[in-house]
Amino acid sequence: MEEQAKDYSHINGWGIDADPKNDPTYPMKRRTNEEHKGYSWERPPQQPITMEVLHSIERPNVSAVYGTAMPPSGLSGMIRRFAFKHSENSYLHWLPLLVADRVNVVEGLIEDVAEGKVPNIFSEKGYSADWDHNRSGLAVRAAIGAAVVGAVVLMCAGEKNRKRWFNQLMDR
Amino acid sequence: MLAMNYRGPKRVRIDQKPIPEILHPEDAIVRVVRSCICGSDLHLYNGNVPDTRVGSTFGHEFVGIVEEIGSDVHKLKVGDKVIVPFNISCGRCAFCKQELYGNCHESNSQATAVGAIFGYSHTAGGYNGGQAEYVRVPYADVGPTIIPEGMDWDDAVLLTDVVPTGYQAAEMAGIQKGDTVVIFGAGPIGIMAARCSWLFGAGRVIIIDKEDYRLEFARNYSQCEAYNFMDMEDPVVFVKKTTDWMGADVCIDAVGAEAAGNVLQTITGRKLLLQAGSATALHWAINSVKKGGIVSIVGVYGPTDNLVPIGNVVNKGITIRANQASVKRLLPRLIDHVQNGIIKPKQLITHRVPLEEVADAYRMFSEKLDNCIKPVLIPPSAHE
Ligand SMILES: NC(=O)c1ccc[n+]([C@@H]2O[C@H](COP(=O)([O-])OP(=O)(O)OC[C@H]3O[C@@H](n4cnc5c(N)ncnc54)[C@H](O)[C@@H]3O)[C@@H](O)[C@H]2O)c1
Ligand SMILES: [Zn+2]
Ligand SMILES: [Zn+2]
Repeated sequence: MEEQAKDYSHINGWGIDADPKNDPTYPMKRRTNEEHKGYSWERPPQQPITMEVLHSIERPNVSAVYGTAMPPSGLSGMIRRFAFKHSENSYLHWLPLLVADRVNVVEGLIEDVAEGKVPNIFSEKGYSADWDHNRSGLAVRAAIGAAVVGAVVLMCAGEKNRKRWFNQLMDR
Repeated sequence: MLAMNYRGPKRVRIDQKPIPEILHPEDAIVRVVRSCICGSDLHLYNGNVPDTRVGSTFGHEFVGIVEEIGSDVHKLKVGDKVIVPFNISCGRCAFCKQELYGNCHESNSQATAVGAIFGYSHTAGGYNGGQAEYVRVPYADVGPTIIPEGMDWDDAVLLTDVVPTGYQAAEMAGIQKGDTVVIFGAGPIGIMAARCSWLFGAGRVIIIDKEDYRLEFARNYSQCEAYNFMDMEDPVVFVKKTTDWMGADVCIDAVGAEAAGNVLQTITGRKLLLQAGSATALHWAINSVKKGGIVSIVGVYGPTDNLVPIGNVVNKGITIRANQASVKRLLPRLIDHVQNGIIKPKQLITHRVPLEEVADAYRMFSEKLDNCIKPVLIPPSAHE
């Protein structure tokens, strides 16, 4: 490794935000004990609760505003309600939520079909991006098993690339 | 309106959805002019964030024009051009008063372990996001910041997340003049963290990734050293060697849950979801930092557990600092930096994609096709 020059004039703005007094820095720094005496602030007005909003049992209420993206419904909704009986400290909260997410995917497919839509998986997965920029990757995917290809390429790859291939193989 | 619609892991599409309405007196409706896809969206896209419901619209990085305001919004008016921070914050709870705007207690019912984020699953509040033509923006007097005269949409949209997160990664690292900073991850966040490390007086900045094109970009944009871990026997030994066997003063994890590089982590973290994502980069950061050093984490992990060598944190006396970026807190300073030409955000944008092609954009960003660094989505209704 070559020694880096100790002159930083080529770096626009070097050191302009250096501040030796900035310690213990964010996120500790602005701690004001006054404001930590419990639920003491004046709460914003409550967004009217017009739909089912699940809330963590680690808090007493629904937050003043909440998101309305997808209220719980169907079988996945039942699983989510079960999950929210358990605290965020429990696997019985997070694991059922992951299961509900997978069930929800099937519900989504059923819903599409019920609405007369056949989901275009090829386009939803964005494979046309592969068509434009990774045609060989797409072909490989469609044709032969990745392992066979990997082995062949490994054999053909020069010494220099072999470590990379090995590392890649170890990771995927 | 057109909006991105999540259908399941690695499946998204564009659909018609109703235009959002004001639901709270402090809401605004913003017409989106630019939105981005972020590394954080990949955790959702891959199905790794619990309570990501089918039908949701993602997108926490967006800028646009105020279309409508609620009865209790006073600082914004219809027609204002705004930067909308990715975190939703009330501005008055104990945490907001502490300027922890990423940790607000009045915007996310569904978890106390994370604040509210636009378009980021029900675990982060269940809000629809900005990969759409319109968005409902709660607490409109708190977060949204008017885009200063002369700043363009492309620079503005990167101030919603990438610039503040990269900057905060360096800030939390408590860099002292002359420090050696090692950054894992040369995505938009790592590249920005490397650039910002210099502003805090770093003496040497090193970035590590596995994508040569990103490393090349970082070398030029962030003026730092850049190395490919695929060429290393062991990245930790590499860092030790290059720091005279001491370890780095500071390590930054700018990778998070989708990390590659360790087969055990990848299988248990990304394939089987037995941990909250693969913690390879964090593992390397803890082991690469010197004794008494600081590890700053901005890489995002899920809400359960990860395999990290916590014993080494104790035995080496490491300080760990981490958070979601407090965008609102940092915006005034960062707007100055952009206006003074010290940070040039839009150079990170490699792809401008019509919103209608959102599925291809996700695929391209996720698979690192066509040398993609940062894709921006442009809705058909954005005429600028
Ligand atoms: N804390 C916050 O407020 C905040 C905000 C935005 C993004 N994030 C998080 O920051 C992380 C990076 O975001 P991004 O948009 O740059 O994502 P990205 O996916 O574009 O970049 C991640 C990079 O890490 C590289 N990488 C994978 N494994 C690695 C390893 N073991 N060591 C080094 N590099 C490795 C990848 O090749 C990729 O280039 C994500 O986890 C994202 O969720 C956090
Ligand atoms: Zn983001
Ligand atoms: Zn708050």
